[in-house]
Amino acid sequence: MVDVLVIGGGNAALCAALMAREAGASVLLIEASPREWRGGNSQHTRNLRCMHDAPQDVLIDAYSEEEYWQDLLKVTGGITDEKLARLAIRASSSCRDWMRRHGVHFQPPLSGALHVARTNAFFMGGGKALVNAYFRSAEQLGVEVRYDTPVVSVELDGDRFVAVHTAKGERIAAKSCVLAAGGFESNREWLREAWGQNARGEWPSDNFLIRGTRFNEGVLLKHMIAAGADAIGDPTQAHMVAIDARAPLYDGGICTRIDCVSLGVVVNREGDRFYDEGEDFWPKRYAIWGRLVAQQPGQIAYSITDQKAIGRFMPPVFPGTVANTLPELARLLGLPEQAFVQTVQDYNAACRPGNFDHTALDDCRTAGLAPAKTHWARPIDTAPFYGYALRPGVTFTYLGLKVDERAAVHFGGRPSPNLFVAGEMMAGNVLGQGYTAGVGMAIGTAFGRIAGTQAALAAKKVHHATA
Amino acid sequence: MQQLESLTREASTLARGGYPTIPILSANEAEVGRQMTVCNSCRYCEGYCAVFPAMTRRLEFNKADINYLANLCHNCGACLHACQYAPPHEFAINVPQAMAKVRLETYTDYAWPPALGALYKRNGLALSLALVVGLALFLALAASGQGSLLQGATGASFYAVFPHNLMVSLFAPIFLFALLALGLGVRRFWHDVTPGAASAAAVGDAADKVLRLKFLGGGHGAGCNNADDAFSVARRRCHHLTFYGFMLCFAATSVATLYHYLFGWEAPYAFGSLPKLLGISGGVALLLGTAGLFVLNLRRHPLQGDAAQKPMDRGFIALLFLTAASGLMLMLARATPALTLVLCLHLGTVMALFLTLPYGKFAHGIFRSAALLKWAIEKRQPNPLQLGDD
Repeated sequence: MVDVLVIGGGNAALCAALMAREAGASVLLIEASPREWRGGNSQHTRNLRCMHDAPQDVLIDAYSEEEYWQDLLKVTGGITDEKLARLAIRASSSCRDWMRRHGVHFQPPLSGALHVARTNAFFMGGGKALVNAYFRSAEQLGVEVRYDTPVVSVELDGDRFVAVHTAKGERIAAKSCVLAAGGFESNREWLREAWGQNARGEWPSDNFLIRGTRFNEGVLLKHMIAAGADAIGDPTQAHMVAIDARAPLYDGGICTRIDCVSLGVVVNREGDRFYDEGEDFWPKRYAIWGRLVAQQPGQIAYSITDQKAIGRFMPPVFPGTVANTLPELARLLGLPEQAFVQTVQDYNAACRPGNFDHTALDDCRTAGLAPAKTHWARPIDTAPFYGYALRPGVTFTYLGLKVDERAAVHFGGRPSPNLFVAGEMMAGNVLGQGYTAGVGMAIGTAFGRIAGTQAALAAKKVHHATA
Repeated sequence: MQQLESLTREASTLARGGYPTIPILSANEAEVGRQMTVCNSCRYCEGYCAVFPAMTRRLEFNKADINYLANLCHNCGACLHACQYAPPHEFAINVPQAMAKVRLETYTDYAWPPALGALYKRNGLALSLALVVGLALFLALAASGQGSLLQGATGASFYAVFPHNLMVSLFAPIFLFALLALGLGVRRFWHDVTPGAASAAAVGDAADKVLRLKFLGGGHGAGCNNADDAFSVARRRCHHLTFYGFMLCFAATSVATLYHYLFGWEAPYAFGSLPKLLGISGGVALLLGTAGLFVLNLRRHPLQGDAAQKPMDRGFIALLFLTAASGLMLMLARATPALTLVLCLHLGTVMALFLTLPYGKFAHGIFRSAALLKWAIEKRQPNPLQLGDD
């Protein structure tokens, strides 16, 4: 019997497998996807938010534990667990040498991401390069890896892990187990159940696109909750951004984002504005726009800019709809022409003169308009006009299993002796809502490593008990 | 689709009648344009090489941009293995392959004289024919001059088989033609990519990147990819052995030429002499380097690069290997009856190499060096875009 069974193939699973193997345990890692789709959502990530008290290789200045914690407190609105959050924060200050030993390369921030030069260490080549490095290292160290092996159920003896049953009907027993199989964002049924039906009679989640892997169906999460494991979090909470409506249903990743929201206006299907597009810098606001769009009729919205915005935002993956007049743009986008033109005219008339600067919180704002646009408000008056349709894009869900600082799965408040959980399946302990770049990987790395170590320890105890 | 769009755009520009014609993209160029648009909205690979930083200075990719970026790409493979959008993803991003396909078009389109650009398309055949012509020529010359191919030349001198002047009169024009053809081709390429003036710093920077093969280092120094996602310095080292081995052999010939004309010292030279030392070390390096590159080429990941160009790659590698091997054999065969045959083999191979220099894999070095110089100039210019953060 293998000592440690790791279920999942993303960052948290790999961190767990590597740590368990380094602690001397025999490790089997089973991944639901085929090899070419391995890595879960980690293949779409790009950086790690790192605490550091002084400049470190690719990180400038300092980012203290306190500042990191305050940032997290702010974005989650206090729906977090301070003890676990600080554990992840502190771990982020010392994990990178270990990551490098397993082949991960870091680089300074990418162009267009200089705002996180102080806080986030970027993986050279992105998350898939990191996943590749970890898999190579794991295989070199003797971790057995099996692809195409989805798990359908977990066999428990009270609060003790016994074995898993795979979709192929195989029973795999192990002395201990780490669950790191991701959230349920690609389970359309579950999303539908969680988001329900709105007052307009729509099922909003039917119009969601999934930015990440198609393999996160939440099978294990659902199974564990049904088996009595303690859950945490709201199933409608997720990392959700507004992305190009033409993005693929799954795995659209980073390139489907639309970064021109703050440079123009955003209207809904009726042609009305619904939120302050210039509330703050786009990187600080993009994570709220997914929910904003989800609340609009038809779960769709349209980012509208004019010629003045060209060359001031990251290039989108698909070309925008272009028109020489606003009525023409409305027609091409399928918006009610009169309402749309009225909205833009009202907005244009409300723009106060100011000194436009898209690199600062400038003084270009509207007056007497609801909702106001508080920065970067310039009339949309220079043809050609551009429109991009937006849809909510779910990156990952926050509903998870409750853990302690040992990453143990809990049953009725009691920790399991040999079942641990890491990554998206427990990120909700720290992230009750909201998001800030690189936190998901920080939680996954910290708790993946803890879970691996604890699983190896638990396997040894079983060994001693049976010997 | 992209192609259709560019055609439509061109048609409307023509209709408006103001602007000069925008060159129409080939299918392979349009594919690079499509992929660069996806990459430009992702940018995860920026740290690997110069292609992606050069890409981020653009929002649209015209024909010249695409040919420039394609030749800047070293086919290291890092971006393929790191790509979240690589096949089987529906975006089907494979930058090394798309770039390789355009590079072949660059070589073909910029070949001089233009008609000979077609030689790139059936390059395995072209190389084989050149080799046959080279061998046949020297075998015929030897047979007609000596009567027998198996007769050892007296005094172990090559010049007894082929007079020095004959060799010079055969090789010099071909070599000079190769230089001229490559020079004219790359000049037109240089003009089209509109690089601007090269400062001394830019030239030095580009030379450094060329001579150290910086972009086969993966950006982190651990090397490039070959069979899988693991990084290795093997390709960089084998290429160094090949390139510097070739240069040592070239130096050996140059020194010998100087000896001949300047000092009247005729070959053969002693083992400790400069031409011999250069030639032997160069030949051995070339042998090892090309053997290594050949093995690496056989093991290359099937998605990395353009499979249709393997005959060209391997043909060039084989020709270099044969040149080095026959050169070293010649040294060993000097006092034996095999001399004439080995000499014919060596001279025939070198002839084929020279003949195909402007119409084969050798061109990659010239066009890539030009692209690297363009990048060295471009990156010293202010970025024309003022994009906000993502």
